[in-house]
Amino acid sequence: MSQLVSELSRPGVRARVKMPALGPSVNGGFVVLFLSLVVLIPLSMVVYHAADDGWSGFWHQVHSPLAWSALKLTVGTSLVVALINLVMGTAIAWLLVRDRLPGQSVLDTIIDLPFALPTIVAGVTLILLFGTTSPIGIDLAYARSGVLVALLFVTLPFVVRTVQPVLLELDRDMEEAAASLGASPLTIFRRIVLPTIAPAAAAGTTLSFARALSEFGSINFISGNLPGHTQVASVFIYGKIQEDSVTGAAAVSTVLLAVSLVVIVLLTVIQRWVARRE
Amino acid sequence: MSRWSLRTVVLAYLAFLLVLPVAVILYRTFQHGMSPVIDTLTTSEAAHAFQVTLIVALCAVVLNTVFGVGAAILLVRYRFPGRRILDALIDLPIAVSPVVVGLALTLVYGSRTGFGGWLTDHGIQVIFSLPGMVMATSFVALPLVVRAVAPVLEEIGEEQEQAAATLGASAFQRFTRITLPSIRGALAYGVVLSLARALGEFGAVAVVSGRLIGKTETVPLYVLDLYNNFDQTGAYAAATSLVLVAVVALVASRFLRPRAGVSRA
Repeated sequence: MSQLVSELSRPGVRARVKMPALGPSVNGGFVVLFLSLVVLIPLSMVVYHAADDGWSGFWHQVHSPLAWSALKLTVGTSLVVALINLVMGTAIAWLLVRDRLPGQSVLDTIIDLPFALPTIVAGVTLILLFGTTSPIGIDLAYARSGVLVALLFVTLPFVVRTVQPVLLELDRDMEEAAASLGASPLTIFRRIVLPTIAPAAAAGTTLSFARALSEFGSINFISGNLPGHTQVASVFIYGKIQEDSVTGAAAVSTVLLAVSLVVIVLLTVIQRWVARRE
Repeated sequence: MSRWSLRTVVLAYLAFLLVLPVAVILYRTFQHGMSPVIDTLTTSEAAHAFQVTLIVALCAVVLNTVFGVGAAILLVRYRFPGRRILDALIDLPIAVSPVVVGLALTLVYGSRTGFGGWLTDHGIQVIFSLPGMVMATSFVALPLVVRAVAPVLEEIGEEQEQAAATLGASAFQRFTRITLPSIRGALAYGVVLSLARALGEFGAVAVVSGRLIGKTETVPLYVLDLYNNFDQTGAYAAATSLVLVAVVALVASRFLRPRAGVSRA
């Protein structure tokens, strides 16, 4: 899975010279048809239904106290999660590349666990460890800190897996040269390592932000989904769907989609930045 | 000194966030031995949930494999207007909430919509039924095969394909004899990732399936159901079965992961 994440932080695949092969029109037709039926048409219907009651209706739905509080909690917590990931992800990547510990390859493998583990299972494990009957005495149930921990769990690998390959390729000669000239470890990190890993770290942070925004399953149990307090946007939308309130669900979904779109664009810009660094 | 503090912080973070949660659920599942676990996982409801999960995941993975290889070839080998947009759109599912995916599909294929109603009149039920669940699962796992295959396709170049073409090989022959064998490893990697994602999908499937117990209930939904019914032993057992699937996928992906330079023979 790490391969995939580092791939996402790279520039889009380059196009090659045209060559007649494998019926491009048939192939292209299938790709576009499938993408349209499964992704594009459904998503545009969400935006379409958000405007069922006009602009003021849309605003009314989004700005209702519970929807607004869910959106604020989601965006705010995701930002905090992204920042913690930036620091901890870089530290984990550093440990994996630069340190030698027994069992390091096992450690390297389990980093991907949050990607492989179904989110509902993550939810069950987290409520067991951090719930009211916590065996380690840390009770985060029904609290916003519980939401934070759940999001930190599901987004853990992103920054690690984008920074790790860059650290692996980093030439140590420069660091050694700087050290021989009397630079402190902190200066070396700040002036040499940090500028090199910055684009990759930014890409990983952006991905973890996007993932945190959209998370649903893992938050279910630990947050208790208290409206106006620990209810995130995804859970709010789910509630609206159950209530059969299409416009309400579509309006909040559209806000989430808009934020996602901004994130995707941001990611593309960062990818260009990575490409220029390479 | 600073090395030790870094080690301590990182290992403590990983212990609390990764190791302990999994250890606790394994302990809770097996604390009364194997028999309650086996009892839970062999009820007819559980067996049905496993069956539905497998059917949906396999269909979605087959669709995504065909789509993924097709899209990767399209993106790497051709230049066409809108190529950049297609490239970006393929990543979109990563940033879309599973619940929004479910809502989106319901709004197009639900029996109360124009198109969905027409389909229902012709005997095809998509929402609250397997086709919708397959679509939802496809949606969330969409980028995985493409992003695994595209870089390898890029790296192998097309000299061999061109050589085969000059020797008179048809497009189909070129694909099965040259392209497919060279992307085999990456494809397997992408398929394992998709399968793991598909088997565990929760949010999108929760919306489109309607969670009809004994009909459209998958294992992740079954976990929720057991938990909400205060059958915690059962919920832990079902969750642990998914943990084992995840661990197998993790180990498999570790071996399949294409390493830089290996395919550059």
